[in-house]
Amino acid sequence: MRYLLSGARVLGGEPSDISIEDGVITSVVPGAAGRAGGDPEVVDAAGLVALPGLVDLHTHLREPGREDAETVETGTSAAALGGFTAVHAMANTDPVADTAGVVEQVWRLGREAGHCDVFPVGAVTVGLQGERLAELGAMADSAARVRVFSDDGRCVDDAVLMRRALEYVKAFDGVVAQHAQEPRLTVGAQMNEGELSGRLGLRGWPAVAEEAVIARDCLLAAHVESRLHVCHVSTAGSVEIVRWAKAEGWNVTAEACPHHLLLTDELAATYDPVYKVNPPLRSANDVEALRQGLADGTIDVVATDHAPHPHEDKDCEWQSAAFGMLGLETALSVVQQTMVDTGLIDWAGVAERMSHVPARIGRLSDHGRPIAEGEPANLVLYDPSGSHVVDAMQTASLSRNTPYAGRELPGSVVATFLRGRPTVLDGKLA
Amino acid sequence: MPAEAARLREPAPGPSGGRTVLDARDISRALTRIAHEILERNKGAEDLLLLGIPSRGVPLARRIAEKIADVEGFDVPVGSLDVTMYRDDLRMRPARALLPTEIPDGGLDGKVVVLVDDVLFSGRTIRAALDAMNDVGRPKTVRLAVLVDRGHRELPIRADFVGKNLPTSLVESVKVRLEEFDDVDAVTIRESAR
Amino acid sequence: MRRHLLSAADLDRPEAELVLQTADELRSLADRPIKKLPALRGRTVVNLFFEDSTRTRISFEAAAKRLSADVINFAAKGSSLSKGESLKDTALTLEAMGADAVVIRHWASGAPHLLANSGWVRSSVVNAGDGTHEHPTQALLDAFTLWRHLGSLDGRRIAIVGDVLHSRVARSNALLLRTLGAEVTLVAPPTLLPVGVDGWGVETSYDVDAVLPKADAVMMLRVQRERMSLEGGGFFPSAREYSRRYGLDSRRMATLQDHTVVMHPGPMIRGMEITADVADSHRSVIVEQVTNGVAVRMAVLYLLLSGNDSGGQA
Repeated sequence: MRYLLSGARVLGGEPSDISIEDGVITSVVPGAAGRAGGDPEVVDAAGLVALPGLVDLHTHLREPGREDAETVETGTSAAALGGFTAVHAMANTDPVADTAGVVEQVWRLGREAGHCDVFPVGAVTVGLQGERLAELGAMADSAARVRVFSDDGRCVDDAVLMRRALEYVKAFDGVVAQHAQEPRLTVGAQMNEGELSGRLGLRGWPAVAEEAVIARDCLLAAHVESRLHVCHVSTAGSVEIVRWAKAEGWNVTAEACPHHLLLTDELAATYDPVYKVNPPLRSANDVEALRQGLADGTIDVVATDHAPHPHEDKDCEWQSAAFGMLGLETALSVVQQTMVDTGLIDWAGVAERMSHVPARIGRLSDHGRPIAEGEPANLVLYDPSGSHVVDAMQTASLSRNTPYAGRELPGSVVATFLRGRPTVLDGKLA
Repeated sequence: MPAEAARLREPAPGPSGGRTVLDARDISRALTRIAHEILERNKGAEDLLLLGIPSRGVPLARRIAEKIADVEGFDVPVGSLDVTMYRDDLRMRPARALLPTEIPDGGLDGKVVVLVDDVLFSGRTIRAALDAMNDVGRPKTVRLAVLVDRGHRELPIRADFVGKNLPTSLVESVKVRLEEFDDVDAVTIRESAR
Repeated sequence: MRRHLLSAADLDRPEAELVLQTADELRSLADRPIKKLPALRGRTVVNLFFEDSTRTRISFEAAAKRLSADVINFAAKGSSLSKGESLKDTALTLEAMGADAVVIRHWASGAPHLLANSGWVRSSVVNAGDGTHEHPTQALLDAFTLWRHLGSLDGRRIAIVGDVLHSRVARSNALLLRTLGAEVTLVAPPTLLPVGVDGWGVETSYDVDAVLPKADAVMMLRVQRERMSLEGGGFFPSAREYSRRYGLDSRRMATLQDHTVVMHPGPMIRGMEITADVADSHRSVIVEQVTNGVAVRMAVLYLLLSGNDSGGQA
């Protein structure tokens, strides 16, 4: 199948015609009408921004175990609609993705669904129990070729275990993605600790519980000369610590979630659990620090932490509700609103933070490549003009827990191509 | 009692007072006549008790008591009876502030209670007052004194003592102003703004 | 008056004063032969308690019954540890019963907000204590008690002493007493003061002896013994050390001004935060707080439900 994407603005630049054939970009011709050898299907991309297919380092697909919240099929559909061509599926499933068998199962499910590539994340410790290392090497050697390891949802808080994990993954160029949360400081914690938590009577989640673990892990990563990736950085202090670690030349990368770039803890005053997330929404000051950190490269990537939950786990008292929010389908719009429309980064910067760098961290060879002749045809066409009001019922995810419901967000994904094949066309699953 | 200071005062009517039908002297004369009629009917001040319905029924009851004291040299006990909680339109209207209920020492049992109010109109306030009184005690007799009876009754209730019968139309409103609240004694009548 | 009472912050000064004035009129009802008013005849008040509190429940029950409302007591099982029947299913049941008001006590902060804003019920919602958040009717009855003893609260100094961190009573009182013009000082060991308390518009102190001589009223909060052993090695080292540093005993009581009153929302732990001789002294208005609680809750129910026919208007 051949496609001609006519008039697309590559990374927001001048209009070009992009030709795709057999999964590969065959030409990118500025201005002119493309070479029409044969009968390519023409996609009118006038005014649309062409970006390399997005790569998410942090997705919860819930399968196996919680197929009532999400499946690989529905989660990857949401990913494609959000412009993603690759997602990293977190390990906190049931059974936990802590063996070659489970990661291969998830990887295979992703291939069968075909909406986007699924790269399983392996658990660092057996059953996420934080007691002994899972078979990291076996997962790395499996068909799923796991390179990212994380106990996400739980922190590897044992310093010795964390050191061992960082050391061990060096053998296969892996990376440990840490969910930084000091467990003793966050027993029963419900929201960002600050004036509002005190007033609302919700147990506070101090910034230091995140920052202390990040600082320790940076020092450990430096000591054993390994790769550390910090998941969902949420506080200004965390940004500072990562900035310091990078200045030292240590191999530390960090991600920020769209919701932490836009929403603040003030929303907890509604007691609506749709705003309950781990790590919690923080103050406006933290949001600003995250945006600056993402702009200046301290924070390397945007990752969604897409966390579907069935209705009954959110339709209850805040304290009883599950942590987490949807994010795949809204990520690019939120990044446009918080980072592009504010002038902090341009579209090339978006490609860097949502495609090139996450692919590099995950050691993916076919994703996060430039839009150029001979490269794999993983692309997204995005219309940054206009805006839409988010409707929770209009999501491809099985769950409805989007914090943006009723909110106006800019832009929309028009088409997504995975290896030359459209997964999304005209904003709908192809 | 701090409640005294904070208690809600009804606002005085605006300058467009309408047509005056009773002035200060008329009101005084009407109350004097009512005082005499009460004494005559009761054959003296024995067992009498005046119960004003807040807000303007209360000062009227006090004034009548003063006039009785002038005539008989006998202080008739005066109290107040708030009927807010007994109204039949509670559900339809926004919550109203409660007004004081003060039952004189000795209670109502066996007394001849004269309810005093400023205007008798539909009769619903008086019905509420009879219910309210029922919860406070059991008087021997209950009578009703009003400064103005403007007609248009909706219940089988009539006044025993009336200062002035004032035939009105339903589009008119009758306003009683008293020195104690409004710095002037007057009864006025005007077309109500619809 | 609004439709729900969820937080003491819901009330502006005129509204708070209307509640106190109404309670003042209703208090006299206790002296009458028939302690009942017909104001809420035919209305249904549900006491929905997800957490045991006999004294709060009977206070609301007495208040509703004295206004002639029908009262349904609904004790829901479940706790923060074991999820029981969901709030939603319970709420839908109450809606089907035609409740006009739901008085809710819940272990989760914000549960009354959820009930009021979820669309599950059309009734008025009264917060009777939620988690470590608020207990607005307790604050109203405390304010009412203070007002009866001290007159206007403008410029009055109120010391609230004890476990502020976990106290919904402290939160509601801090908000309401400030609305009514009082100067509130929260006194506690630093571990029992919430982070961000500086933003509440109140004073704080770690030194009870410095605060007591200037106070017009002292409100002692309950300190649960289990706070000593909970996570993080406890909030204070021992009951003895707590009483020595923050307890109200006769020595400290002697430093109070003559007119100063002593309050406690109950239930008290005698010997821990307050000694028996202080609790039973002439300064103590603890028993009066209970009487006033019924009058204040009557006022709240009356003001919320009048002119709010949930069955009638849309």
